[in-house]
Amino acid sequence: MKLKRMALYAAALAFMVFAGFPFYWMLITAFKQNRDLYVGASDVKHIPWIFNDPPTLEHVRLLLGQTAFPRWVLNTLLVVVAVAVITVAVAVPAGYSLARLAGRWGERLGMGIFFTYLIPPTLLFIPFSRLVALLGLNNSLGALILIYPTMTIPFCTWLVMGFLRSVPWEIEEQAMIDGYSRLEVILRVAPRLIMPGILTVVVFTFTLVMQEFVYALTFLSSVDKMTVSLGVPIALVRGDVYHWGSLMAAALFTSIPLAIVYNLFIDRFIQGFTMGAVKG
Amino acid sequence: MTSLTRRSIADREDVLGVLMLAPSLVYVILLVGVPFSLAILLSFSNASAGSLRFEWAGWANYGAILGDPIFLRALRNSVVVTVGSQALVVVLATAAAQVFRATFAGKRFARFVLLLPWAVPVSLAAIAWTWIFDSTFSVINWTLKAAGLMHGWLYWLGDPALALLAIIIVQAWRILPFATVIVLAGLASIPQEVVEAAIVDGAGFWRRLFQVELPLLLPVVAVAVLFGVVYTATDLGVVYVLTGGGPANTTHVLPTLAFQRGILGADLGQGAAIAVFLLPFLIVVAVAMLRLARRAEIGAR
Amino acid sequence: MAGVEIRGLEKHFGDLRAVDGVNLSIREGEFVVLLGSSGSGKTTLLRMIAGLERPSSGEIYIGGERVDGDVPPRARGIAMVFQSYALYPHRTVFKNISFPLEAHGVPRQQIEEKVRWAAEMFSITRYLDRYPRQLSGGERQRVALCRALVRDPKVFLLDEPLANLDAKLRNTARDDLKRFQRQIKTTTVYVTHDQVEAMGLGDRIVVMERGKVRQVGTPQEVYEDPVDTFVATFVGQPPMNLIELRDASLPARTLVGFRPEHFLPRSAFAAGEGVRTFRFAVRRVEYLGSDRYVYGSIADGGNPDTTVIAKLPATVALAVPEGETHEFAVPTATLRYFDADTGLRRRP
Repeated sequence: MKLKRMALYAAALAFMVFAGFPFYWMLITAFKQNRDLYVGASDVKHIPWIFNDPPTLEHVRLLLGQTAFPRWVLNTLLVVVAVAVITVAVAVPAGYSLARLAGRWGERLGMGIFFTYLIPPTLLFIPFSRLVALLGLNNSLGALILIYPTMTIPFCTWLVMGFLRSVPWEIEEQAMIDGYSRLEVILRVAPRLIMPGILTVVVFTFTLVMQEFVYALTFLSSVDKMTVSLGVPIALVRGDVYHWGSLMAAALFTSIPLAIVYNLFIDRFIQGFTMGAVKG
Repeated sequence: MTSLTRRSIADREDVLGVLMLAPSLVYVILLVGVPFSLAILLSFSNASAGSLRFEWAGWANYGAILGDPIFLRALRNSVVVTVGSQALVVVLATAAAQVFRATFAGKRFARFVLLLPWAVPVSLAAIAWTWIFDSTFSVINWTLKAAGLMHGWLYWLGDPALALLAIIIVQAWRILPFATVIVLAGLASIPQEVVEAAIVDGAGFWRRLFQVELPLLLPVVAVAVLFGVVYTATDLGVVYVLTGGGPANTTHVLPTLAFQRGILGADLGQGAAIAVFLLPFLIVVAVAMLRLARRAEIGAR
Repeated sequence: MAGVEIRGLEKHFGDLRAVDGVNLSIREGEFVVLLGSSGSGKTTLLRMIAGLERPSSGEIYIGGERVDGDVPPRARGIAMVFQSYALYPHRTVFKNISFPLEAHGVPRQQIEEKVRWAAEMFSITRYLDRYPRQLSGGERQRVALCRALVRDPKVFLLDEPLANLDAKLRNTARDDLKRFQRQIKTTTVYVTHDQVEAMGLGDRIVVMERGKVRQVGTPQEVYEDPVDTFVATFVGQPPMNLIELRDASLPARTLVGFRPEHFLPRSAFAAGEGVRTFRFAVRRVEYLGSDRYVYGSIADGGNPDTTVIAKLPATVALAVPEGETHEFAVPTATLRYFDADTGLRRRP
């Protein structure tokens, strides 16, 4: 029995190390002094995994003070808010409609909408580049605000549908018996019931916008317009030199809020992915 | 309150239903359906990003890329990376799920760490891995050398084969949490009594795992694999940041090549044609998922 | 074949004492029913015998061998039927039944024979190639029983196996089950909350409440000779009437109990029979076909708020109009006396 336990811990540790060591590496790199950092890896005597010299904040200072990183954060947040508003306004009513008002074909249609989520940006970006140019949205955040909902709406509609399946419809029917019209139920009673679902939609949109790279790469060209996900790997370069310390600091700062959010909402996302076949 | 006696539009559920559904349908049709068809159309055209002209080019684009060794290599790479990374993911995720379903001290923290690769934006993870695979400063090389396991030197991103391996590793790494969580959810949905019946019937750990749990897990594992395939095959970020398609166009995958030719090279027609080759992946996935969904419906009855 | 011996068995979940000191001796070949409502500990007790739960303290012996330590379920010689039947959904009926044999390394030829033999027993041979989802509830239950039977276990453990069947099926299933057990004579421990089932199936009934055993006895003993008010009111439908009487001949704080079927109009008894009469204020009469249930209260010396029920068979055709007070009686031999504070039976 004890051996089994030990094997379990060893396996858990192995997985943790595999998943986590790049983040540990990010952490170390972000705070290491350059002379501790840029030591050739063939030098076996110098251990890169620990702080050989005391940690420093210079990379962080550089990132926040001398790069466009703060600007990118602002841009990203702007897009997040705009896309979240659009997604909630469009996907939540759609999900409600399919779950409550559409009857049998509601399920099919919902699935159809969900499947459009599978159509990848790397196929659509070609025609989109034309469309964006036509609309004069080249190199603007407006392009992202217009196009990101094509990724969030399908998945979030399905999320809301799935969520509504777990909310008993009797409460709404009771309200209608008590005197409300269906519209009033939608406007007054339903929001409180599906608030957790709406929250999940917002969070999913947040994660998607923060992680999206392809459309940002395609439509944004000037540094001051970039989002974090685009700017950090592409534009944090001075000449030919990668400032790894600042790069890793940026990566770290972006990862942490996302990781926290993911942990809190993971079960809801999974329900969406497995199409409700599996309870999270 | 609306009038208590007459039915007004506020009661017309069919009208309300359509109204509430309309914006999303419009969005999906206009901004997904139309571009999708447009993409296919463009692949048969001579269009370029510069002008607005659209000339019918027939199969010219397809002919061009099918004769292009770089494209063929990209196609092969897409398959290799997708299959290789997802095979790894299936094995690792099933194992990880077994480990993480047990309770042990520090499990919440371990789960948090395990989820990190999925939470991180693809491009940022890729840049971190670029640093990890750096030819001079690679911490992997250091660790291998310090452990006495390596005597030469691994130029990860400079060697075509190694670079492809690096890409496979990164893709597996970032999809693993997602797959593990899905498999875990699947494990939790196996009825407790069925597992107990197997225990009472005399099945030991391994027999239970292979003859009872894994067969029941198959639909869930399939979902994880299907999404993993979509995410990996259609991904541009990892390859773009890690290698940019190099060295010398040897590590291109379909998305990055489509980007290079279609956007950077402004040849929309050819870019579209390259991207169209992603469709077989997606169609197989969509069909498989539909089958699974139908089977779940029947089984649940 | 083996008996089951349980000594001082306890199971705690934190502060909750699910099983609180149980001693039980089950004879070989006996059909014992653990009867109780939810939370009584009956299922936990069963699962401890099975080895699916570890006791907090106490001992369990199956066939004379101690098993409560680390002996896993497969080594205890038990077979179990779960409430949900727990069939393997991805395996055919044949493969469901053969699974325990495969797990024990039985050779292929023997597996074939044993599965067919068990299927014959329960008349499900024609379902052998089907999947559980294609079967009805009753059919699935028989498959579960086959799977349990096929290993020739020393003890059968059944956890409310009839609960998921509709009422009509339940009666025939009960009969089938009892006949089958009589035939193969394996020791059986059966858990249920349905006292009709318990009475119908058990050689002996173990009445449990909140982790403790209240009474062990044959159905007759438990019904006619309850040791306390819990057993008296749990077994029997409608439950035994318990009233506090203002009667000087009885010690203070005594409850008088009598079963509804013994509570009949005075005129239903012969003149000289030893009966105790009551003036019964009738509130309501339910006509149920084979019986009439009469609801009311005892008018003289009784508490008007305590509902008393009389169960009149159809053979007693006397009119009992509602809203009137009638003379009813109970044979003195059927009266039971209980201490009002402890609930325990007082024997005169």
